[in-house]
Amino acid sequence: MRSDVTLSRRTILKWSGTAAGTVLVCGVALPNFGIGTAWATSLGEGDVAILNYAYALEQLEAAFYTKVTDHPFSGVTKNETETFVEIRDHEEAHKSFLKKALGDHAIPEIEVDFSQVDFKQRSSVLATADSFENLGIAAFNGAGPLLSNADYLAAAGTIVSVEARHAAMIAALLHGPSAASAGKGHVGEKGLDGTMPPTAVLAKAKPFIKTALTAPSLK
Amino acid sequence: MNDRNSLLNELEPEVVKRIDLSAREALAKYRSHMIAASVSTLLAVASTEAFGAELPQQVVDILNYALTLEHFEATFYKTANGADGLIPEKYRGLFREIGEHEAGHVALLSGVLGNAAVKPPKFDFTAGGKYADVFTNFKTFSTLSSTIEDTGVAAFAGQITNLAGTPVLQTALQIHSVEARHAGSVRVLVGKPGSDGAFDKPMSKDEVLAAVKPFFA
Repeated sequence: MRSDVTLSRRTILKWSGTAAGTVLVCGVALPNFGIGTAWATSLGEGDVAILNYAYALEQLEAAFYTKVTDHPFSGVTKNETETFVEIRDHEEAHKSFLKKALGDHAIPEIEVDFSQVDFKQRSSVLATADSFENLGIAAFNGAGPLLSNADYLAAAGTIVSVEARHAAMIAALLHGPSAASAGKGHVGEKGLDGTMPPTAVLAKAKPFIKTALTAPSLK
Repeated sequence: MNDRNSLLNELEPEVVKRIDLSAREALAKYRSHMIAASVSTLLAVASTEAFGAELPQQVVDILNYALTLEHFEATFYKTANGADGLIPEKYRGLFREIGEHEAGHVALLSGVLGNAAVKPPKFDFTAGGKYADVFTNFKTFSTLSSTIEDTGVAAFAGQITNLAGTPVLQTALQIHSVEARHAGSVRVLVGKPGSDGAFDKPMSKDEVLAAVKPFFA
């Protein structure tokens, strides 16, 4: 897979070196996450791409909660700190798990961008946590059916429900145990949770990820 | 790519033990069905059109198992939400929301199964008197609720691989995470951590049915 990554990078370099028209064609045909720069990270193909995509999201979440716990907002309560530490540890465990599962196929550490988040403000931290957790749920729900290997699907299933528990925990910090923590606003009329395809999720996550990610095989 | 063993070794041993190792076979078996059914599937599920008759028996059985559990949950919350003085005012929104979701799951699964749907079972939420005050004592009710939701999460997780490649996998996943939101919410309410760890543990159908058996009248 190392060679695939290298190949992808070479391909991207080739694109950026050729006519703008070619880049445009590629941009239409392929999801294009910030290939303005000559350097981008390919998530790979097939199940590897899906796992790397999940790995990138877990990296984002882990980095976020690490920052939250390293630089707590003023007036943070004991309960809030415990919740952030608990979630951070889970996201770190998800990240390590996916990295090990991917082995040589794993993308490098992504570079994150939290310039939109005011870590000094409780409201900004909790709003970001809330959107990350709900994005994570929709991402895993959308990714499950795309996986070919049933073992990966099983593993993803053991992670997604923990993300959903996190969403409830964050909503409970915001509103207490309430309709909101049960998913009101995210769960549809028939009691169904959100689901989003990788391209839509990556587009939402893009402002928080500096690393240009390419995922030609993901829709 | 790592083989199945090296991947699964990264999970807790207990999780590995519970993951159905026949999953790969099931996947291959239903892949062909998926191709045939996938076009109409999402729309069919979304519009609650019955297509139980088109589903393989193994999938029908899993959906009826899920429907049984959803009947269990929906009836539990319907009874609780209707019990005067049980739920403190500040938590009524939570349990009403959960009750609505569970009723939605019942309607959805019943619609998908059509004529193949199991009839609603009769329940005894006191479990033969063990939880005699379940609908008069909020502590008993909320503790039981948190256990029921955790069991629901584990039950769906245990069936995910059995539904791999089938047209109902997507819907099952979207129910699964809702159960986990419920579990997290109620656990926080009763003073437990929202999650027991970084990875949820699936339960087999036999394990789940053994756990809920005392509540079936």
